[in-house]
Amino acid sequence: MTWSDMSPLLWEATGQTAQMVAWSTLFTVLFGLPLGVALVATDRGGLFPAPVVRRVLGVVVNVGRSLPFIVLMIAVIPVTRMITGTTIGTGAAAVPLTIGAVPFFARLVETALRGVGRDVVQAAQAMGASRGTIVGKVLLPEALPGLIAALTVTVVTLISYSAMAGVIGGGGLGDLAVRYGYQRFETGLMIVTVVVLVVIVQAVQSLGDAVSHRLTRR
Amino acid sequence: MIKVSGLRKAYGSVVAVDGVDLHVREGEIFGVLGRSGAGKSTLLRCVNLLERPTEGSVTVGGQELTALGERELRRARQGIGMIHQHFALLSSRTVAGNVAFPLEIMGVPRDERARRVEELLDLVGLAGKAGAYPAQLSGGQKQRVGIARALAGRPSVLLSDEATSALDPGTTQSILALLKRLNRDFGLTILLITHEMDVIKSVCDSAAIMSEGRIEEAGRIADLLARPGSRLTEELFPLPPAEPGSVTITFTGTYSGRADEPVVSQVVRKFDVDVNILGGALEDVAGVSAGRLRVRLTGEESDAALRYLRDRGLLVEVASR
Ligand SMILES: Nc1ncnc2c1ncn2[C@@H]1O[C@H](COP(=O)(O)OP(=O)(O)OP(=O)(O)O)[C@@H](O)[C@H]1O
Ligand SMILES: [Mg+2]
Repeated sequence: MTWSDMSPLLWEATGQTAQMVAWSTLFTVLFGLPLGVALVATDRGGLFPAPVVRRVLGVVVNVGRSLPFIVLMIAVIPVTRMITGTTIGTGAAAVPLTIGAVPFFARLVETALRGVGRDVVQAAQAMGASRGTIVGKVLLPEALPGLIAALTVTVVTLISYSAMAGVIGGGGLGDLAVRYGYQRFETGLMIVTVVVLVVIVQAVQSLGDAVSHRLTRR
Repeated sequence: MIKVSGLRKAYGSVVAVDGVDLHVREGEIFGVLGRSGAGKSTLLRCVNLLERPTEGSVTVGGQELTALGERELRRARQGIGMIHQHFALLSSRTVAGNVAFPLEIMGVPRDERARRVEELLDLVGLAGKAGAYPAQLSGGQKQRVGIARALAGRPSVLLSDEATSALDPGTTQSILALLKRLNRDFGLTILLITHEMDVIKSVCDSAAIMSEGRIEEAGRIADLLARPGSRLTEELFPLPPAEPGSVTITFTGTYSGRADEPVVSQVVRKFDVDVNILGGALEDVAGVSAGRLRVRLTGEESDAALRYLRDRGLLVEVASR
């Protein structure tokens, strides 16, 4: 296989990976961020103490996190069909990716939010801030560098999950490496695919680190 | 201005505050002194209801906070400033952003906010630091930001939880001087808690001593100094345990002369006694010279000498033999 044979395949696969990761990242943040906030807020001594809710959320998150992604991916196929009407393509792959990443991201959000000092929260309470204000103007801005770091790790994880999701019909770089590199013995293409993945992951991580660092004021 | 009655706060079986009554008058600086774990922070946090008291009521500026709902309580808190031992500034906001925060909570419009922030930073001597982040400030500067922030809502009451404990002695004095100035210029009532005797000596008008969740003694400092066997006097001017027969003279706020008046040499000259000085301490407290002197009097006219000292308005205590 020559470079001109590989190039269009690589471009197409990279585009598919990017789509899967972009959609699943968007939905992971949309669901995972509130879930992470809820994990902190419903805690004893939190802003909205609710021990029962907190326990239930904790169990759900732990179950989500302990399922191997490959199992989860197959287990949620009915859900995927319900949401997207199909089980193949990048859109369909985004469903298991999101479901797999939400608990993971929520835990990271929880950790980042717990890093915000109790005294700062109490100072805001002493000023008469409402609980919504405390979440929006104290917890989230103060934890922002940590949240960006959490997002970075999540995107990297999604890139690696997306390689698996591709195999059951999403396409992308992982799928390419398996179909050509493994099944057709195109070692050259496999190596190039792996290099592309490494470069993407490296770029995401560096960007995330740089943004997180810029936002750190401590 | 602040009235606390029958206050009790229990955490499970731990009773942090155990039946406290406290009255802080308008325009005074009231200090609560006590050892670690005495319940001082809990008491202070009950005053703006950061902690819900288990029992008792809290009234600030005529408003009974313990009777308010959540929304009303939030409004009431906007009129009570608070400063913290570790400053509790938002690290993601600049100095100006931190001072503006309570104004945002109150819904003050943006341009008015900017004006007020500038005014407040001027007041605490940080005019040039508006754009700095807390991490770029010294401890004393951070506490000035904390004070500016606490004053944003033009509170009539300021609560201070060990506001100088994380600062060196020089910086402590400058922060205390700032608090004193705010108290004098704006009639700001300040309730502060501390374990540092110097804080009580240099700024407080009244004080309370707290131990194991209870107030042991409370009142105007001048009055407490004049009270025989006062714990506060003991804390402010520590002396070794009194030997039997030794005489402890306390120079108090009611003493007509000055603390540096040579009463001791007068006694020696007027009466046939010898004076042996065992220990002592004299300082300015609450604006008057005060202190304690432990002596041993020997000689024929000891009793007459003691009477003379008492007549001068000094508190004279003789340790029993
Ligand atoms: N949230 C809490 N849960 C359980 N116990 C608490 C809590 N807060 C305080 N206590 C207990 O209440 C008692 C008084 O604590 P508090 O912090 O009021 O003391 P303090 O006088 O401020 O001490 P320090 O000078 O060390 O700050 C302590 O025994 C403490 O362990
Ligand atoms: Mg304390």
